[in-house]
Amino acid sequence: MIEARGLSKRFRDKKRGEIRAVDNVSFYAKPGQIYGLLGANGAGKTTTLRMLATILEPTDGTAVVYGHDVVEQPEKVRASVGFLSTATALYPRLTSQELVEYFGRLNGLDEPTLKKRVDYIFDRLDMNEFRDRRCDKLSTGMKQKTSIARTLVHDPPVMIFDEPTLGLDIMTARSIITFIRECRDRGKTVIFSTHVMSEVEKLCDVIGIIQSGKLLAEGSLAQLREQCGEQDLEEIFVKLVAPLYSTTEAL
Amino acid sequence: MSIRNVGIVYRKELREALRDRRTVIASVVVPLLLFPLLSVGFGAVITSIIGKTKEESPKIMILGGEDSPGVIASLKATPKIEIVTAAANWKDLVINKDVPAVIEIPPGFDKAVADQKELDVTIYNYSGDLKSEIAAGKVDKTLKSYRDDVVKNRLQARNLPESVLKPFEVKQQNIAPPEKSGGALFFGGFIAYIVVFLCFNGGMHPAIDLTAGEKERGTMETILSSPVSRAHLVVGKFLLVLTTALATAALSVISMGISFAIANSLHSAPVQAGGDGMSMHIGVGAALSVFIMAIPLAVLFSSVLLTIASFAKSYKEAQSYIMPMMFLVIIPAIAAMLPGVDLTPKLALVPILNVSLLCKELVIGTYHWNFIAIIFTSTCAYAAFALFLAVKMFQRESVLFRS
Repeated sequence: MIEARGLSKRFRDKKRGEIRAVDNVSFYAKPGQIYGLLGANGAGKTTTLRMLATILEPTDGTAVVYGHDVVEQPEKVRASVGFLSTATALYPRLTSQELVEYFGRLNGLDEPTLKKRVDYIFDRLDMNEFRDRRCDKLSTGMKQKTSIARTLVHDPPVMIFDEPTLGLDIMTARSIITFIRECRDRGKTVIFSTHVMSEVEKLCDVIGIIQSGKLLAEGSLAQLREQCGEQDLEEIFVKLVAPLYSTTEAL
Repeated sequence: MSIRNVGIVYRKELREALRDRRTVIASVVVPLLLFPLLSVGFGAVITSIIGKTKEESPKIMILGGEDSPGVIASLKATPKIEIVTAAANWKDLVINKDVPAVIEIPPGFDKAVADQKELDVTIYNYSGDLKSEIAAGKVDKTLKSYRDDVVKNRLQARNLPESVLKPFEVKQQNIAPPEKSGGALFFGGFIAYIVVFLCFNGGMHPAIDLTAGEKERGTMETILSSPVSRAHLVVGKFLLVLTTALATAALSVISMGISFAIANSLHSAPVQAGGDGMSMHIGVGAALSVFIMAIPLAVLFSSVLLTIASFAKSYKEAQSYIMPMMFLVIIPAIAAMLPGVDLTPKLALVPILNVSLLCKELVIGTYHWNFIAIIFTSTCAYAAFALFLAVKMFQRESVLFRS
C-alpha cells in the first residue's frame, strides 16, 4: 500500500521565487487497486511520484510505501517499488539481459534467484529473441519491454508509473496498459499518473485530480460523477481544475 | 558502505566503458600510439629531414670578391655547396628562400688581409630556416678556417707558437651522473607532464559520460529509482573514472618507456639536450614510483571531474566547464618542466605542481623521502576532500535535477 501524508515539495527558482510543486497532498492507495493521478502538465504529478519513489525528498510531510517511510528508509522503499516513466531510459551499451540483471543485482537478488527470475520474465514477456541485443539497437516496443522487465525483476509489491505511455505509439501504449492491469490483478499496489482521460477511465479504481500541487478531489469514477454532477470525466476534470488553472503555469 | 553494491555499479560501468569507443580511444589507443609516433616516427622524420638537408648542396651567392681570388678559391673549395652568380635582388632571393645564404666580401679583401687591416665579411641568411642555417653554417666554417690559416701564417712569419693566442683553455666538465644531468631532468619533467596530462585526459570522458551523459540520456532517473544508495553509486562511478585515469597513465608510461628505448636504439631520438645528450629511458623502479605517486593525483582528478561534470545538464555543458580546468592542470605541470623550479617545502603543498616536480626527480632516481611523504599525504588529503565533495554533490537534488 501507499499512504501519502501531507506530502509537500517546494523548489527555489531564481526568477519565480519559491514554487510549491506539491502542496500538502494526502491519499491512500490499496493493494490490488490502481490509483490514478490525473492532472495537466505541471500539476505536480511527476514530483509526487518521484517523492513516492524516493528520487526526490519531500520538503514537508511524508509517505509510507509498503510499510517503509520515504524519508527514513528510502532504500527499503526503492526495493519495494518498480518505477517506470518515459524519462527512465535504458543504458545504451548494455544488452537487454545485462540491464535487467544489473537492476536485479542492485535489488539484492542472488545469482541463482536472479537467473531464474530473468529467464521467467524474458519468457513471460517474449523477450528471448533480443535478450543479447544492445539497448541502443532495440525498437521502441523492445525498449519498453526491457523497461518493464527492469521494474519487475525484483517482483516489487508496489508499482509506480509516471505517464508511462507518453509519446508511445498505440500498440506499445496498449501493451503498457495491459501490463498495468496485470500488476493490479496480481495484487500489487499500483499508482499511475497521466493526463489522458481515456486511460484513467479504462484503468483506475480510484482517481485523484491534482492541480497546482494540490489534490482537488479523490474517489472512484462513479463517486466523482456524483460529486460534480457530470458524466464525462473530461467535464469533471475541467470543472474541478478550471478555477486553479493558469496557462502560464502549464507552460 | 556496501562493497557489494559499489562492486555491482563498478562492474557495470566498466563493461559500458569498454564498449564505448571514445573511452577506449582516449584511454588505450591514444597513449599506446602517441609515444611510438612521437619518438620513433617523429624522431625518424626529423632525423631524415636534417640528414637530407645536410647532404644537399645549397646555393651560395658571393657579392664582391672580384679583386680577392684567395678567399673566393677557398669558398669554391668548400665541399657540397653550389656557387651561383651574384644578382642585384639577392635580398629577395634570401627572403623567398631561393638562395639560402649570401656572402658579402668587401672590396680589396685579399689586400686588406695581407696589409693586416681589420674588416668584416657578412653572411646573410634566413634565421630559423633549417636549409638556410645549414648553408650559412657551411660557409661560416670555411671562412673561419680561412681566417685561422691567415693567423697561423702570420704567427709563423714572426716565429711565434700558436699558444701565444691561447695561454690557457677553459673547460666545463659534467660530474653529475649522466642519468641525472640537465637533459635527464628535462626528460623527467616531460614524463611528469605527460603522466599528469594524460591522467586527467583519461578520466575526463568517462567522468562526463557517467554523470552529465546519464542525465542527457535519461538513465539517471532509472538508476536513482533502484535501491542502490547515492553514495554507493557515486563511489562505483568514481572507481571507474579512477581506473581509466590510471590505465591511461600506466599505458602512457609503459608505451613511452618502450618507444624511447626503441628510438634510442635507432638513434632517432627527437630531443637532444645540451652537450651531454639525454638518457631517454625509464627504469622499472622509476616508472613504478611515478605510477604510485600518480594514484592520489588520479583520485583527485577523478573526484574533481565527477563533481564538475555531475553539475552539468548535458555532455557539452560539462565539456565547457572542464576545458578551462585543463589549463589549471597543464600550467603547473609545464611549470615543473622549467629549469630551476625545484621542490621546496612550500611547493610540496601545491597540488599537481608538487607531484610533477616529484615525478621529475623520481624519473632520474632521486628519492627525497621527506618530500615524498609530504606530497603523498597532502595529495591524499586534497583527493579525499574532492571525493567527499563529489559524494555530497551527487546527493543534492538541485544538482541531479537541475533544470
